[in-house]
Amino acid sequence: MARKQIVILGGGTGGTLTANRLRRHFESDEAEIHVVDRDDRHVYQPGLLFVPFGLAQPEQIVRPRRRQLHSGIVHESEIETVSIEDDEIALNDGSLLPYDVLVVASGVRLQPEETEGMTGPGWNERVFTFYDLPGAAGLQQALRRFDGGRLVVNIADMPIKCPVAPIEFTFLADWYLRERGIRARTELVLSTPLDGCFTKPVASEHLTYLLAEKEIELVTEFSAGEIDGVGGKLIAYDEREIPFDLLVAVPLHGGAAFVERSPGLGDALGFVPTDPHTLQTTAKPNIFALGDATDVPTSKAGSVTHFEGDLLVQNIASFLRGDPPEASFDGHTNCFIETGFHKALLIDFNYDVEPLTGRFPTALGPLPLLRESRLNHLGKLLFQWIYWHALLPGRDLPGIGPAMPTAGKKHIPAHA
Amino acid sequence: MTMTLIADAPVDVDAEGFMTRPEQWNEQIATAIAADNGISELTDRHWLVVRFMRDRYLQTGSAPSIRSLGKESGVPVKELYQLFPKGPAKLAAKLGGIPKPKGCI
Repeated sequence: MARKQIVILGGGTGGTLTANRLRRHFESDEAEIHVVDRDDRHVYQPGLLFVPFGLAQPEQIVRPRRRQLHSGIVHESEIETVSIEDDEIALNDGSLLPYDVLVVASGVRLQPEETEGMTGPGWNERVFTFYDLPGAAGLQQALRRFDGGRLVVNIADMPIKCPVAPIEFTFLADWYLRERGIRARTELVLSTPLDGCFTKPVASEHLTYLLAEKEIELVTEFSAGEIDGVGGKLIAYDEREIPFDLLVAVPLHGGAAFVERSPGLGDALGFVPTDPHTLQTTAKPNIFALGDATDVPTSKAGSVTHFEGDLLVQNIASFLRGDPPEASFDGHTNCFIETGFHKALLIDFNYDVEPLTGRFPTALGPLPLLRESRLNHLGKLLFQWIYWHALLPGRDLPGIGPAMPTAGKKHIPAHA
Repeated sequence: MTMTLIADAPVDVDAEGFMTRPEQWNEQIATAIAADNGISELTDRHWLVVRFMRDRYLQTGSAPSIRSLGKESGVPVKELYQLFPKGPAKLAAKLGGIPKPKGCI
C-alpha cells in the first residue's frame, strides 16, 4: 500500500504505547507516524498519589516524552483544531498536518476554574489538588506544615481520572498522620457526589468498610458548587456545607481544549464519542481514540488505555486494508488501591462484570482481589518499572491480557 | 421489576421507582411522580429539563449527567438544584419516565 500518514494527538500513556505498537506493526515504508504534544514531559501519573506524602519526589516521576517514543516523528506544539472534513490538523505554530488515520489520545484537562471559588483566594494555600504535578508538590509542603484540624478530600463531579485515587489519598493520609502522631487531632473527611465511595457496588461496600475502620468520615451525594478558600468551607448546590482547614480538591475534568474547538469531534464536556468495543469514533471512520479522551463507559485509568492499545492497532490496520474493525474490547480495568501501612487491594473488572472478590492470576502468583495484602502493595510499586519498560514500549504484559480473566473470581451476579 | 399504577396508568418500575419502559409514560405520570417527590407544581423550566432528559435518552440510549445537562439544556446547574432538589439528573429522569441514569465510572 502507499505510505500512510498516521497522526497521534497526545504523547501520554495512550499516545506513546500506540505509536510504539504501530511502529512495530508497520514497515517504515508503509506508514509514517507523527505524535503531537505541547511539551516533552511525560508524567508517570500513578506516582502523583505518592508525592504529597513524600513517598515520591516530583522529578522521580517525570521523563522526556521523546525518549519513550521509538522513532515516531514528534511535533512539540499546541493543537489548534482538527478539521474532520479535510483530514487535517492545524497546529498552533501555523503548520498543517494531514492524516490518513487520526488517533485522539489527548487525555483530560483539569478544570478547577469551573467550580466557583476554587482558584480564588486560598488556591495553592489551603486548597490543593494532587491531580497535577505542581499541585501534588505544593500539597507535600502544605501537609508537612499541617498540624491537625479538618482535612477534607472532595470530588467535584464524575468523570475523573482514576476514581479510586481520592479514596487511596484518604487511606495514605490516615497512615501519614498516624506516623506523625497527629491523627487523633485530625478529622479526615471524603466527600463525593456519588451515593457511595465508589461507582461499583461490591467494591464500594468493601471500601466503605475500610473507610470506617480507619475512622474516615464519608459524605455522599455532595455536589460541590462553591469553595470558600478564605472561610474554609465547601458549599454544595443543595446548600449543605463542609468546613475544612486543608482541602484536597479533585477538580472537574473535561476533554482537551482543541477537542472543544473542533466541530463534530467531542461531546458537551469535550470527550470524544467512541465505540466502546472497536475504539473507532463516531466522528468519522478514520478517527480512533483511546484512554481518558474517550467517552467509553469504564474508568479513566492507565490500565484501560493499555488494554485498549492492542485492539486499537489491529483496528487501524484493518481500516487501512478496507476491512471492518473488530469489536472485542470488553472494558477491562485493573487497579491496585493503596490502603497504607505497606498494603494494597486489587480490583479487576470490565463493562459487564463489576469488581469481585477472589484471586487474580499473575506471573507473581495469585493476587488477592478486594482484600488488603502486602503482595498487592509490592505489585503497585513494581508497576512503575513495568510502566516505563513494558507498557509504554507497547509490549504485552505476561498474564495480563486485554480480555478480563474470570478464573479465580467468586461469581456474584453483576448488578444491572 | 414490578408493575404499579401511577396516575391510573399501569407502568413497570424498578425498586427505586424509575420507569423501565419509557413508552408507558405520559405527562400525568410526570406530574404525579413530581408531587410524590415534593414538587407541587411543574413550571415551564421543569418541563424543559424533563423533556430534554427524555428526548436525549430516547435518541442516544443514555441520559445526560448533571454537568452535560447544565451545559446543554440551557438551565444552569445551580437552577437545576433549585428545580429538582437532591439530585436533578436522577429526579428529572424519574419524572421523564426513563431508567435511572447510570453514574459515570
